[in-house]
Amino acid sequence: MTAAVRTTGLDVRFETERGPVQALSGIDLDIAPGAFVSLIGPSGCGKSTLLRCIGDLVQPTAGEVTVGGLSAHEARLAHRYGIAFQSAGLLDWRSVQRNVELPLELHGVGRRERAARARELLELVGLGDVARSRPAELSGGMQMRVAIARALAEEPPLLLMDEPFGALDEMTREHLQAELLRLCERTGTTVVFVTHSIAEAVFLSTQVVVMSARPGRVVRVVDVDLPGRDEDAREHPAYFAAITEVREALRGRSGPPVAPSTPAARSAER
Amino acid sequence: MSTRAQLLLPPVVVGVALLVAWQVVVVAGRVATFVLPSPLAIAAAFGTVAPDVARAAAATGLTAAIGLLAGSLAGIVAAVLAARLRLLDEVLTPLSAAANAMPIVALAPVFNALFGSTSPVPRRLVVAVAVFFPLFVNTARGLRRVSPVHAELMRSLAVGGWAVTRHVRLPGAVPFVFTGLRLASSLAVIAAVVAEYFGGRQDGLGSRITSAASATAYPRAWAYVLGAVLLGLASYLAALLAERLLSPTTPSRRTR
Repeated sequence: MTAAVRTTGLDVRFETERGPVQALSGIDLDIAPGAFVSLIGPSGCGKSTLLRCIGDLVQPTAGEVTVGGLSAHEARLAHRYGIAFQSAGLLDWRSVQRNVELPLELHGVGRRERAARARELLELVGLGDVARSRPAELSGGMQMRVAIARALAEEPPLLLMDEPFGALDEMTREHLQAELLRLCERTGTTVVFVTHSIAEAVFLSTQVVVMSARPGRVVRVVDVDLPGRDEDAREHPAYFAAITEVREALRGRSGPPVAPSTPAARSAER
Repeated sequence: MSTRAQLLLPPVVVGVALLVAWQVVVVAGRVATFVLPSPLAIAAAFGTVAPDVARAAAATGLTAAIGLLAGSLAGIVAAVLAARLRLLDEVLTPLSAAANAMPIVALAPVFNALFGSTSPVPRRLVVAVAVFFPLFVNTARGLRRVSPVHAELMRSLAVGGWAVTRHVRLPGAVPFVFTGLRLASSLAVIAAVVAEYFGGRQDGLGSRITSAASATAYPRAWAYVLGAVLLGLASYLAALLAERLLSPTTPSRRTR
């Protein structure tokens, strides 16, 4: 089976005024189709950079990224992924519906077809009744739902999300998490999700990739196996066990030897 | 309504007080008419020549409107091209700064010689050159302001520079274009009136002012000046109205 996303020996080095900064070092990831993978780690661990490498928005210094068997570059040109950022990034001068239509419009989909698709997506994220509103009239959570609808407009097999709920309040956040899971279940989309919230990563993900900073490395990959992904899952023992495991991996404590041979894990033990 | 009255009252009171003071100073101080005519004298002159003020204002207004339209279009197009083509940006930005430093109305005699003094082209050209700069600078500033998230979004959608210009840069620059247009709207009338001082066809406010002044008919000259003031205001209000009607986001919503 072709991996939804595969990175091999991925290195990213930025040249800054104070010399080169190694943002990512030796990232090997293999993400199966339909998986929900969170990238978590301290700020500066390169999780957003890794996401941007997958989206071909940042060029790796070394190593390789494939998305559904294509190179990251080919995948971007073939519209094989949708992306949502921390800020919704809607175009203020377009109505909500026309914002969702944007990817379709840019890629030459006819007026009627894209309007129908946008309305369908807005219904899906529960915003059917504000299709004609301007983004500025919506709350932050609603704007983010529009951004997610826009990212899904072309039914991409892969959804990249860079801390999309980071700026939202806790209640909205949990609501949108559940909504996102429901959406992905329905569409079978593979998701790569950057977050700095352990609870969010564990609740959403089938796998949590724990990263360390400077240089950004994968410390451990924690598999999360919850019996279901409804609100009850947040009180399940498996949920708390996974949270503990992620937290300890973040602290650099050696838990069960999932990836004991990574250099970061070794240096943490010293 | 009462708040609007409260807003209007102070400037009206001050304006009337100033006019009364002006009248008192001129009459009581026996100021010679060629130094300063009284407001009542100007009003009387305005009353008698009103139809001609209107005709002259129409001629000057046409000059200003055509020049404003042409110069604005040129400024906007130049800014769009400059935003897309780096080389053009490097050429146009210093050039337009130089054009702005130049007293543009001083070009009027040159253009008159070029196109012939009976042609309406020279004065329209003066206006166009004058308004080019505010439009170019403001539009260019708006076009350069692309938020990083929009830039990344468009890149993720694998579309090129012109699509970014059309869907992100230009709509984002619209408020800036209207700021430029507001500045240009009064500038256009000033440029048109002053261009008329330098000869050419004698149908505008500028030539009426000079001919009245040279005939020592000072209240009449001031009546035409008043016409120029009203024309400038009308032009500014037209620009405001265009902004209100054509802005993609209505002003009440543009709170940020």
